[in-house]
Order: sequence, then C-alpha cells, then structure tokens
Amino acid sequence: MISAAVPLSCAGGGDFSLIHFFLLSDNMASSEDSATEKLTAPDRVTPKGDTSIFNSMAFRGIAYQVLLAAFVILGGLYLYINVNANLERQGIATGWSFFNENAGFDIGESPIEYDSEDSYGFALWVGVLNTLRVAFVGIILATILGVFMGIARTSRNWLLSKVANVYVEICRNVPVVLHVLFWATVVRFLPHPKQAITPFDGAFLMNRGIVFPIPNEHPAYIWVGVAFVLGVIGAIFLGRWAQRWREMTGQYIPTFLWGCVIVIGLPLAAWLVQGAPLTWNVPALRGFNFQGGMALSPEYAALVVGVTVYTAAFIAEIVRAGIQSVPHGQIEAARALGLRPRFIMHYVTMPQALRVIVPPTASQYLSLTKNSSLGVLIGYPDLVNIGNTTLNQTGQAVEAIAIMMIVYLSISLAISTFMNLYNRLVAIKER
Amino acid sequence: MNEQQPADAAADPLGDETVIQLIDVNKWYGNFQALRDVNVSVKRGERVVVCGPSGSGKSTMIRCINRLEAHQKGQIIVDGIELTDNLKNIEAIRSEVGMVFQSFNLFPHMQVIDNLTLAPMLVRKMPKADAEAIAMKYLERVQIPEQAYKYPGQLSGGQQQRVAIARSLCMQPRIMLFDEPTSALDPEMIKEVLDVMVELADEGMTMMVVTHEMGFAKTVADTMIFMDDAEIVEIAKPDVFFTNPESERTQLFLNQILTH
Amino acid sequence: MNDTTPSAAANPRHTAPPPTERVAMLRWMRENLFNSPINSMITVIIALFLVFALPDFIQWALFQSVWSGDHEACRAATGACWAVVGEKHRPMLFGVYPYDQHWRLILALVIYLSVIAATMTPAFWKVKILMPLWIFNLIVTLILMWGGVLGLQPIETSQWGGLPLTMVLFTGTVVFGSPLAVLLALGRRSHLPGIKSICVVFIESLRGVPLITILFVAVNVFPLFLPEGLEFDKLLRVMAGMAIFFACYQAEVIRGGLQAVPRGQIEAAEALGLSYWQLMRRIVLPQALRICLPGLVNHIIAAFKNTSFVLIIGLFDILTATTAVMEDPVWRIFFVEAYLFVALIYFVFCFALSKYSQLVERWLGEGRRF
Ligand SMILES: Nc1ncnc2c1ncn2[C@@H]1O[C@H](COP(=O)(O)OP(=O)(O)O)[C@@H](O)[C@H]1O
Ligand SMILES: [Mg+2]
Repeated sequence: MISAAVPLSCAGGGDFSLIHFFLLSDNMASSEDSATEKLTAPDRVTPKGDTSIFNSMAFRGIAYQVLLAAFVILGGLYLYINVNANLERQGIATGWSFFNENAGFDIGESPIEYDSEDSYGFALWVGVLNTLRVAFVGIILATILGVFMGIARTSRNWLLSKVANVYVEICRNVPVVLHVLFWATVVRFLPHPKQAITPFDGAFLMNRGIVFPIPNEHPAYIWVGVAFVLGVIGAIFLGRWAQRWREMTGQYIPTFLWGCVIVIGLPLAAWLVQGAPLTWNVPALRGFNFQGGMALSPEYAALVVGVTVYTAAFIAEIVRAGIQSVPHGQIEAARALGLRPRFIMHYVTMPQALRVIVPPTASQYLSLTKNSSLGVLIGYPDLVNIGNTTLNQTGQAVEAIAIMMIVYLSISLAISTFMNLYNRLVAIKER
Repeated sequence: MNEQQPADAAADPLGDETVIQLIDVNKWYGNFQALRDVNVSVKRGERVVVCGPSGSGKSTMIRCINRLEAHQKGQIIVDGIELTDNLKNIEAIRSEVGMVFQSFNLFPHMQVIDNLTLAPMLVRKMPKADAEAIAMKYLERVQIPEQAYKYPGQLSGGQQQRVAIARSLCMQPRIMLFDEPTSALDPEMIKEVLDVMVELADEGMTMMVVTHEMGFAKTVADTMIFMDDAEIVEIAKPDVFFTNPESERTQLFLNQILTH
Repeated sequence: MNDTTPSAAANPRHTAPPPTERVAMLRWMRENLFNSPINSMITVIIALFLVFALPDFIQWALFQSVWSGDHEACRAATGACWAVVGEKHRPMLFGVYPYDQHWRLILALVIYLSVIAATMTPAFWKVKILMPLWIFNLIVTLILMWGGVLGLQPIETSQWGGLPLTMVLFTGTVVFGSPLAVLLALGRRSHLPGIKSICVVFIESLRGVPLITILFVAVNVFPLFLPEGLEFDKLLRVMAGMAIFFACYQAEVIRGGLQAVPRGQIEAAEALGLSYWQLMRRIVLPQALRICLPGLVNHIIAAFKNTSFVLIIGLFDILTATTAVMEDPVWRIFFVEAYLFVALIYFVFCFALSKYSQLVERWLGEGRRF
C-alpha cells in the first residue's frame, strides 16, 4: 500500500521517502477506507476533507468585500463626523449657500462680463472658462509643436533630429512648475509699453502682455465660418465616397489633397464672393497702454507657453515612439505587394502608428488641462486660483476644494469619453 | 469505466483504490457547454490516455481535476476529497496532483533550481537544503542535472518540458496530469520527453495524459478515453480501442491521426 | 576611421582602399544632412540659425559672464551673472535651515546620493543588502536633519528647506506610494466586484484631478478630518498626499504589467499549490514589474518633478527657496541664471534616471539576469 502510494520516492532511492510518507500520511488514512471497495461496486466514495464554510472561496470573497466596504463606509463616516465637529467649533458655515453671496473680489481677466458684485458661483464659473481657455489653446499648440518635434526626431536629417532631441530632453526633464514660473518671470521683466518689443509690425511684447492685430469684424466672416463648417463636412463625405468609389471601380482619389482644397477653398471662395473685406484692427499706444487688436495678459501668455512647451516634449516622444513602433517588416511587406508610398502611408503606417499614439496623447491632454491649474501660482484667474480665493474668504475649504475636483473630474471624464470613442473607431478589430 | 471493464478485473494488476472520480460533471463557458455528463474513474497506479479532436474538452476535463477550472455540476473526488470551492481542499488536492502543461510554463525569472524548490519550500515548508536535494534528484531523473543553474530561456523546448516534469515531481505528487506535453515541441525533442513519461509510468505513477502520441498510448496506457464534442465517447482498454473501437466517431478519429 | 587601414591591409581579400576620413565625412554628410532637397534646405536653415544664435549664446553664457563678485559687477557686464549662484547658493540649496548647521545637510545629501548610486549598481541588487542599506540611509539622514540626539541641535521640519526637503518629499512619495500602488493594482485586477470597483473609483478619481487640489486637501482639509487636539506635521501630510497621488498613477502602470504576465504562469503556480499571495509575490509581480519598468521609472521621475508643486502651499523646497531668494531687489534681475541653475539640478537627476532606466531595459532585453 505504501509502496504503491509513493512509487517514485522508492524508485528514486528512498532516502527521503520518510519525508514523503510523513507528508502524505493524512491522506493515506482516508484512501485506506476506499481501498476496501470492490472494483465492481458502485464507484461512489464518501468524500472526506474540510467542509468548513470559512474556508470556502465564496464565503471568503464576500467577507473580504464586506470588510473593505465597511472600512470605507465607517472611515468616511468617522471623517464626516470629525469635519462637522471641527467646523462647528471654528464657527465655519457648511453647505453651498455661499454660492449666491457676493464674491467681492475682482478678477484680472474674464471672457465674460464680471465684477466684484457678482456671486461666488459666478466667479467660479469665470474660473472654469479661464481654465478651458488655457487648456484649449494649450492643447492645440502642444499638438502642433509636439507632432512637429516628434516627426523631426525620426527625420533622416541628422541635424534636425538632434535639435528636436535636445528640445525634448531639456523640456521634459524640468518640472512644469519651473517652466511656468520661468515664463511668468520673463514676462514680468519685459519692457514697459512705451519700449515694447515689436516682433513684427503691429504686434507688441511688454510687461502688460502681448497685443497683436486681428481683422475687423465684418458680416462676411459669418459666411466664411459657415463655409468652413460645410467644407469640413464635405471633406468627410468625400473621404467616405472616395473609399466606396475605389472599392467599386478600383480608382484611387487623393482624398487628402481634395479634402484640403475643399476645407480651405470653400471659405476662401465665400470670402472672395463677398468682396474680400479685410481691414485690420491694429493695436496702438494710447497714453500708458495699448488699445485695439487682441490683447493677451502676461499671466495667460506665460501659462500657455509654459504648459505647451512642457507637454509638447511628451507628445513628441509619443509620436516618435508611435512612428517607430510600426515594424519595418510591415512597410517592406507593403512594398513587396507593390503598394505606392502614399498607399503605404495611408493604409499601413498611419493606422498602426495612430493606434499607439492616440491613447497616451489623450492622457497628455488631460495632464495639460490639470497643469493649467498652475495659474494659481502666477496670478492667472483659473478655477483653482478663484477657488483658492473663495476658500480663503469663506473658510469653506471642503466645499471649495470639492468644486475644483468635481470640475476637473468632469473635464477628464469628457476628454476620456471622447478618446474612448475615437479609440473604438481606430482600434484594429482583433479576433 | 465499470461498464467497459471485463469480468476478469480481479486479474488486473492495478490496485483497487479509486483516486480520481468524476461523476456527471458538467461545465459551461458562458453559454457554451465544454463538458457534458462526464464520468471517469481512475484507480491508483492506472495510466489513462485521453485523446480526441481539438476543442473537444480534454484540457477542460483535466484542468477541472486540480480546479484550474471550476465545474458547475456533478462531483469530482480526488484522493477521497471532493473538490468544492473550499480552499483547504483545493490546496490539499493541488499538492497531491502534479500538472504538466503544453507550454511548459516554467517561471522565466528564476533559475531551474529555484523553479524546482519554490513549491516544496513554500507549500510543504521544506528546509532549503532538503528541497534542493530533492530538486537535484529529480533533475538527475530527467537527465539534466547540469542545467540546474540556468534560466529556462536558455534551455531547449525538450529540456524545458523535462524541467517542468521535474518541478511537478518535486512536490511528490501521487497523481500526474499531462496536457499535451509534447505538442509544442520540435519532433526531435518529443522522444526525450516521452521517455521520461514512460519511465514514470513504469514506476507505477497514476497518470492522466492528454496526447496524440498514439505510440506512447499503446505502450503505457491501461485505459484509453476518447472525447468528442464535450462528451466522453468511449472508454476502453488500448488493445480494444485501437483494433476494434465501439464507436464510429472513435474509428474516424483514429483513421485520421494514424494515417498521418 | 584611420585604424581600419592596417587591418584591411592585413586581409588580402580587401583590395579596395578604405575610404579616407575626408571622403567618409563627406559621404556621412551627404547621407545624413543632404539626402533630399527638403533635407538640404532644413539643414541650411538650422545651420544658419545656429551660426547666428550659438556664438551670441556662448558669449553670454561663458566669455562675457561674471562668475564671482557682487551685483555691481554683474550689472556692468553684458553676459550672464553666474555670481548670483555663488552668492545665493546656500539659501537656494538649503532654505531657511540654520546657516551654521548646513554641514549636516551636506553630509546627509552625500550619504543619500551614495546610497542611490549603490542602489543603481547591479552588484547590490539583493534584498539582504538593499534593505539594511536603505534603512540605515533613512535613519541617518533623518537624524542628521532632525537632530535632537547625539548632541545635534534639534531642528523643526518647518525649518527644513531646499534640496534636502525636495529629496525628503521625493523619497517619502516613492517609499510610501509604491506598496500602495501594488495593492491598488492588485485590487483593480481582483475578480471580486466589490474590491475591484472601490479600487477603480479611487484610482480614477485621483487621476482625474490636479495634484494641487490634493495638496490643498492635505493642507486645508486633512486637519479637519482629525479629532480635536490631534495634529499631524504639515510635511508629513503633504508627503502622504503626494504618495497617494503617485500610487494611483503607478497602479495603472503596474496593472499593465500584470496583464502582460501570461496566464499560464499563474496556472502553473496554482497547480503547484501556491496561495494567492505566494504566487503574486514570487511569480507574478517580479515578472510584471520587469515588464513595466520603463513606465515605473517615468512616474518616479514625474514624482521628483512633482515635488516642485509644494511651492504653491508654501513648503520650502529648492524651487520655493530660489523664488524667495530671487525677491532680493538687488539680485532679482538675474532670475534667469538662478532658475537655470535649479533647472540644471532637476535636469541632471531626471535625465540620469531616464538614461539609467534605458540601460537596465537593454540589460533585461539582452537576457542579463540579476
Ligand atoms: N476560458 C475559456 N473561455 C471560453 N471558452 C473556452 C475557454 N477554454 C476553453 N474554451 C472552449 O471550450 C472548448 C473545449 O476546450 P478545451 O478543453 O481546451 O479543448 P481541447 O483541449 O480538447 O482542445 C473549446 O471549444 C474552447 O473554445
Ligand atoms: Mg487542449
């Protein structure tokens, strides 16, 4: 019986069969019972073994979850009670009623009309808009700069790729806080309006910010805008149609080229048809300050430049990795099939590279948006800055910080939902 | 198996202790049924070879035996212990039952010797020196003691699979399960692995082997099981199974693989 | 290039003369700088730009710069005023820590950086060596900074500042954040819906908000969480906030690594009878962490850079100290030089770390084992 149970250790020399026997002795006892059964007898054996419910996976699973949930709920409750007690002792109000109270502070710049008579709620809303203003422009600029630098890094031009490399390494290895702080200080030390620097005619750099000319308003521009939207829609339809056309007839239509023609040509045509109106609103020095044109505050400019330069370095790295992630064999295979370079780019390289590029780029957009909160550091009235002022004036720290968090969470959620949608479009169907 | 067992079972060299018993086992993956009313019983020392077309549920069945997969209906009793979701029992059975996989599944970040001593030390609480002694013993058994201090990635497929067998043996199992142990190997390496398995069989190890190596089946099997479409179609002694199978499906399958 | 000549001559099959250096250089230029009309144009533009800008920059940074002296000398010169670093480096590097005790910080930094250097050496990669080394490191550096024993004058954390504070924040973030990151990653991969969903909500909410808001919580809200009379050091609170923030990002990286470990590894370990924690610790995590090493290092670098956010809540890290120093009306116009100096410190640390991680990755790719 024993030798049957431990065949290997016996055959293997037996010097540790004792260990083996010892370790298995528990089960040995149980098997001896069943050994008495006849071969032809019904095969059922009375199962031995542990039947304690505490060792069942189902029970343990439920127990762990209940414990964690209890920890979270009780912990939350404990904190809630403490916060309430502390606030009461310090005589600080709770709740959202401060939302409707007079804010009483001025905001340096606002895309909508605001004065200190307005409510805290409205002031926070101005902060949200200011945050979005930085994030939106920053994302566009960082994408342009980042994609350019990323492609430059993979360039066959040694000088270009080295310059891009130096840019990327310097900018991403220095904290974004330092970037923003540096540019804010640079702007502060720019000359007074009277001695403003003029990079090109009509534009001025000074310690009051940046002003540059913009075209005067004209009703024709509305139609140009409409034409642009139509052009974009048209280009999308053209792409769809061209693909179907190619599938039906085998003829290739250079969609990208024609798409550009439509998107640019249609607004241009609309503009020309209405007599090509163009007069510039050129800023000019009146007294101590500039009037007219488009003015950007020094804080806004510093914040946008800081977060853009920083984020673009990361996007460049992502773009480079994406382009280099397409195995060379893919391009060789496409060439071997006789595909022309533009087809290879369109059908082989880009789809695969984009799959690698888009998700991390989306998270860079998120991080740029979050980094725009550095406005609080340099006096740009973004959401965190105004939230911070609200916090200091009302003392309602919990509510003020909760507002900031909720707004940023919503922005994050919106961007990631959008990107998930895009991902689903781009993703290669696996299986 | 009783149905198929002839009356002269008393003359059977196997012990009469049942160590693996599956009773009306059913398993589903979502809505897909992977096992349908499977009944098997294996005696101590018995060598069972399971074959059947791909996707027929062979892997699923033997993976249920050490609970890598959970069955949803029926009973599985291993070594007298019923497999339920009781962790103690699962632990006990897993330390009794060794398993060898098609893809070796050696731990790539550990040297061969550490692959072998890991479980004895952690599960059996064996001192390091004892564990290493056992490990070297089994490495000698599978004839690669000189590879003890290499990493799995530095070995050939056949050597890796032999290490995997040794790794299971180090836990001193009473039952060994093999899931297509030679399917991922180059032809010239298949033999070295099968040799180890034949030797193991000769020593009386209880074995359940999923394989398409019919030569191996003919030499070592006490019992053949043929599975198709989530069911056990036929259980027979090898001489009957290969010469005169009851079921047409078995015949068809054998024709297919034996003519190649 | 020249030294190929003898070997080519020694080999009778190579009868063609080796390219001379000048020709090789020309060919290199043709292949790498002028390989297409567009590339030639780009090369010329960049070269022109460099020719005009570089000499000016070098003049400013080196030849016309002032390396020592007072602000009068700086104002008189047209170049950079590196003297500001010489003049102000003590308060920049060490903040408001008592001046006569700065030697303690220097000693602590030296010990700390040597331990980091040792940690990066494969020869030391054994738990038996690294654990005691780091425990020793943390105890000694903290004693040096805190004082109060061995006759050292005690110094409050509110007086800590500069580079040592940056290092303390960074170390605390990584040391406390990493275990939490592993737990969160495992929780997120759990098959228990309750545990999984709590981890998902926790990770995603923290990743969705800026670090500043978390620091605000640590500074403004955390004291409200505690019962009356109980207080926590501000530095510790901020560190905890940064560690949790770090953990949420790192958890996502680790989750990626966990997903990449083949299912068969877990099955083999389970078949051998290993328990959940045994198989995670011995089999899955070692492989997962190796797979996601580049991502881990990226976030460690990010943690180092993120310490600069404490400027907003008034902890005296190196950037805050520098900003404060640069309020000095006499020196303030030389802020560019001061910020460049601080940027250089950050750059050296982060760049070295990222190059190092690329090196380790290459070692792992070559199949080198540790
Ligand atoms: N984890 C799983 N999830 C869903 N279906 C599975 C899973 N594992 C196996 N199956 C399905 O169950 C069937 C039986 O699989 P398997 O036991 O591996 O077959 P065999 O080993 O006989 O080739 C197959 O159809 C397979 O697709
Ligand atoms: Mg299988």
